[in-house]
Order: sequence, then structure tokens, then C-alpha cells
Amino acid sequence: MMRALSNLNPQTLRILALLLVLTLVILFFSTQISNYLNGRLFNRISSSVAIMALIATAQTLVILTRNIDLSVGSVVGFTAFATGSLIASLPDLHPLLLVAFSMAFGACFGAFNGLIVAYARVPAIIVTLATMALFRSLLVEFADGKSITSSQLPQWLTSFPNTPLFELGQFQFRAAFVVAVVIVLIVHFALQHLRVARKLYAIGSNPEAADMAGINQKATVFVAFVCAGALAGLAGFMFLARFGNITVVAGLGFELKSVAAAVVGGVNIFGGSGTVFGALIGAVLVDLIETSLVRWPLVSEFWREAVLGTLILTAVALDAVVMRRLVAIRAAKHHEKREEAAK
Amino acid sequence: MSDRSPLALLSSRIQTWEGFLVCALLFIVLMNTVLSPQFMTLGNQINLFQLSIEKIIVALAMTFIIINAEIDLSVGSMMGLAACAFGYLFQAGIDPVLTIGIVLLIGVVGGAVNGFFITKIGLPSLVVTLATLIGFRGLARVLVEDRGVTDFPDWFDALGQQGLIGPIPFALIAFFILFLVLYVLLQRSGFGRQTYIIGTNREVAAFAGIDTGRHKMILFMMSGLVSAFAGLLYAARVGAVRGDVALGFELDIITMVLLGGVSIFGGSGTLVGTLLAILIVLNLRNGMALLNITGHIQTGVIGILLISSVLLPRVNLAALLGRETKGEAGS
Repeated sequence: MMRALSNLNPQTLRILALLLVLTLVILFFSTQISNYLNGRLFNRISSSVAIMALIATAQTLVILTRNIDLSVGSVVGFTAFATGSLIASLPDLHPLLLVAFSMAFGACFGAFNGLIVAYARVPAIIVTLATMALFRSLLVEFADGKSITSSQLPQWLTSFPNTPLFELGQFQFRAAFVVAVVIVLIVHFALQHLRVARKLYAIGSNPEAADMAGINQKATVFVAFVCAGALAGLAGFMFLARFGNITVVAGLGFELKSVAAAVVGGVNIFGGSGTVFGALIGAVLVDLIETSLVRWPLVSEFWREAVLGTLILTAVALDAVVMRRLVAIRAAKHHEKREEAAK
Repeated sequence: MSDRSPLALLSSRIQTWEGFLVCALLFIVLMNTVLSPQFMTLGNQINLFQLSIEKIIVALAMTFIIINAEIDLSVGSMMGLAACAFGYLFQAGIDPVLTIGIVLLIGVVGGAVNGFFITKIGLPSLVVTLATLIGFRGLARVLVEDRGVTDFPDWFDALGQQGLIGPIPFALIAFFILFLVLYVLLQRSGFGRQTYIIGTNREVAAFAGIDTGRHKMILFMMSGLVSAFAGLLYAARVGAVRGDVALGFELDIITMVLLGGVSIFGGSGTLVGTLLAILIVLNLRNGMALLNITGHIQTGVIGILLISSVLLPRVNLAALLGRETKGEAGS
């Protein structure tokens, strides 16, 4: 069976494996929790995944280039707060302008990270560790002890995430989820097929070779950070729309969650491989397990994080072991073919 | 080069990273002394250490890990797990001394779990310890759920809160003893040399006959043990534990180590550098607190310091190189 599987592209294989795990998890919980498989589960997961999918996508763009962005949580929080204050003071602002503002706002933070990482060549983990603290403290300063409440926001904004765009039986496809999935798919196809976006993979898998191929590394890494910032900004907009009440701790801890989603989704932490679609499924899987464990009567809800940590570890370890074997089988096959050709 | 004036010697000394840190530290202490009259009191000096004693103890172990070109994100969660395990076992009526032993063992086992996945399965430490960051925290929450455990024995609380030798508390003495032990281990022993060699180039180290897997395993077990010890100190100092003990401490700890000049790519940095960075962070935070600057702003300032600590030497070096080449061309 391993030999048959080794014919598939590893990326496709990973996504198939993730989908299989996702199905197994759903089947397992549906035998454990009564009335589990229904539209409400889908709605619940899809509303919270809408935000995390965007952040995981942002994180993936950066990880692909052998970097990491630990400041996404602070960027999401700050953008949510800033967007909220803007619409509170200018309630008649056009919705699209507001979205554009949030993305531009996030992109500025991304540009700041990108400048220091790409052009000053400071390791991303140091830069974004520092800007995580820095952006958060700027937010505290900006907020000045106040918070955004949903009563300050216009009706269209707070009702946007829950507006059903279309329904398939029990499944409601709400606006926020649909928007997030569409964006993830656009980024996914861009990364797979556009020459410009393939540069991210080139840099991540072999920086020296990318350099020799004439790819401008600095500019590409910079652009990856800016795009990640813009996506985090959009996630901030979604966060504001979903929760309405924003304090200075908004988005705290999202940085590690997004890395976890990306890694579970098969994105290599050392760059160069992985897909945005995988990261989306990773985000769904993490969220599904979190939500389901709370409802599982057999274990107390306090087990949630312990189980989650174990699952992430198992997933990544299995992935590494299986992938290594597949590579070995492929190499053996290749060798056989050459032997035959030699005869 | 032998007939250098004392002044030139001094300036070359300052140009090393540690020299720069000493200057920065002196400047901060001076500013604090001038700006706040309460700063230079014994009470405040001890308080300054006590408030972050758990973080700075773990920073010492983290120095080894990062020099070894790895990272341990799970330390904060391990501190939380240790504190909660202590609370849980204490409530279950187990003898406190035995409990302390069990908790330290939990630290070693937790570190071994990290080490197993990193060395035997070959996963990146960033991913493994991210997962155990979530997992260990989860176990801590399983143990105490949403309760708080308190009413520890008086001697335990006293150990954390009162002076052991005069006004100096146990934790501070433990910190300096641990510093000396680890200093000898890292800077003066074969084991420490191996830590540097593996951090510089793991393959070369392996070819040189070093069992790199075993070495990394020992370091992660040490990191777990030290984190568990720090978690116990936290329980003793605060006198109560909850599921969110030491939440997010890992980032502060890593910041201190990196600020101390330890390269994130491994292979360079010293324990003295870490100690100086610890003193800088503590004095800076304390000084700002005395001037009524809030915690979030303090963290932001530390963040700026972290970036500039990597940026500044580079700018400086470029300028110096430029000047030297010009001088050569002139002569």
C-alpha cells in the first residue's frame, strides 16, 4: 500500500490524510455525543474557523519562506480595536473602505516586521517576538483604558458574520466563513500556480539556489510579511464583526494557535513545503477537536488542551515518519528504474 | 598590538557584547538611582529579583538550549504543571517533601518527552515544544480544574516569602548557586564545550564522536527539571496555585536569553551575557514601575530593546569596518 501511495504527490497525500483524519474524528465523536452531527456543529465550527483560517493562512505565507510571525495575535487585536474605533467615530463609512482600512492597517505592521527581517536581516523569531510585545503595548497606549463595545458598532457590521449566504440542507454557509474560505482558496491557487508566488517555496526550500535563480530574496520575504499583515488585518476585521466587544487583550495567544494549525496542516516549520489549504484543514481539525472535547461527557472539559497537545505531537510525528518512509520508497523505485534502464 | 594603552584596551572590552551590556546596565542603574529615591534600598533590590525570580532561573537553563541551536517553548507550561501538581498532591494529603520530589521528577519526565520527539523522531524543537506547551498546560488544568489550591504548610510559604539568610530569600540564593553551577558546566567543562560545538554544527559534532542525541536529551531534561523547580518556587512565593500559573512566561524568558547575546542559530553566547541581560531587564522594569509606567508599556520597551540588541551591533560593525578599510587605504 505504501508503494501505491508513493505515486501520489506528497502535498496531495497530506491533504487526503488530513481529510481522512477529519472524517474519522467526526465519526468518532458522532458515536460518543448524542445529536452531534447536525447543522449547529457546522455553524459553530465554521464561525470560529473563519477567523483562524485567515490567521493560519497569514502564518503559512511567512513560514513558507523559512520565517515565523509571532506578532499576528497583536496585529489582529490592534486592527480589531483600530477598525472598531474608526467605525465608531465615522458610522457612515462605506463597508468596503472599512475592510480596506483594516487590511492596510495590518499590512503596515507586516511591513515593519518585513523591513527588519528582510532588509536588516534580523531573525524573524527575534523580530516578531519583540513586535508582539511592542504592538500590544502600542495598543494599550492607543486604547487608553477604553474598550470597544458592540453598541458602538453599526448594525451591518455585527450582523455580517452570521448572515447566511446560502444553505445546503441543515448547513448554513455564513458570510464570514464563505469569505474566509474564498480567500484561502485564492491564496492556495496563487501559491500553486502563479510564478510570483512560487518564489516563496523557492526561497523556503533552498535560499542559495533561489538566489542563483535570480530571485530577489529580500523583496520576496518583505512581500510575504506584508501579505501576512494584510491577512491578519482582515482577520482583525472579522474578529471585530464577530465579537463586537474588543479589549486590549483581543487576539492574545493567536500566534501559537496559528502556528499549530499550520503545522498540523502539514506546513513544514523549516519552510519550503506545505499548502494554505492544508493549514485551513489544520485549523478546522484543531477547532473541531477543541469544540467536541468540551461536549464529550466521558472526559471533563479540562482535558481539552492536554488532548490537543498530544494530538498535535502525534500528528506531526506520524507525518514525519510516514513521509520519511515514502521518500525512501520513492528513492528505491527510482533506483530500480535506473537499474532496469541500464540493462 | 601588545603596546595598547589601557584606554584602547578598555574600549576594545566595551566593544564586546558583554561590555556593552555592562555599560547599559550601569546607565540604567544610575538613571534609576537618580530618578527614584526608593530604588537603592535593600528592600527594593531584593523585591526586584523576587518578582521575576522564577523566570530568571529558567533563563539560565534556556541559555544552554538556545546555544545548542534548539528552543524550548514549553517551560512556562512546565512551571504551571509543576505548581499545579504540587497543589494537587498536597491536597491529596501526600507528604510535602515527597511531593516536591515527585514534582521535580515530573519536570525531568516532561523534558524527556520533549527530548524523545526531538532526538528520536527528529522533529524540530519549535514544533515539539509548541505542542507540549499546549499539552503540559492542559495537564495543569486537568489537575486543579478551575479551583485554586492554597493553605500550603507554613514552612513552604515561608521559604518563598521570607528571608532565609538575613533578608535574602531562598529563591535568590538558589538562583546564584544555580548560576555558579551552570557557569562551570557551560564555560569550564567538556560538556559545555560540546553544547557549543553541537550548536555550531551538529553534523561536525557527530563526526567528532559526540553523541548529539544524548546531549540534547540531557539538556531538555535539565530544562524540564529547572522549570519544575521554578514552578515550585512560584507556588511558595505566591502561596497559591491556579491553572494559569506562569502563562506566557516562555516569551519573557527567551527574550532575556536573546538580549544576553545568545545567537538564535546556536553556537554562541555566554551565561554571563544572560545574567547581564537579566539584570538589565529587571532593573529597567523596576525603574519603570517606580515611575508608574504600566506593565504593558514595560514589555514594549523590552521588545524595542530586543530588536535593537540585534540591530545595533550590526550597524556598529559596518561603520567600524568602513573606517578600518579607509585607514588602510590611506596608509
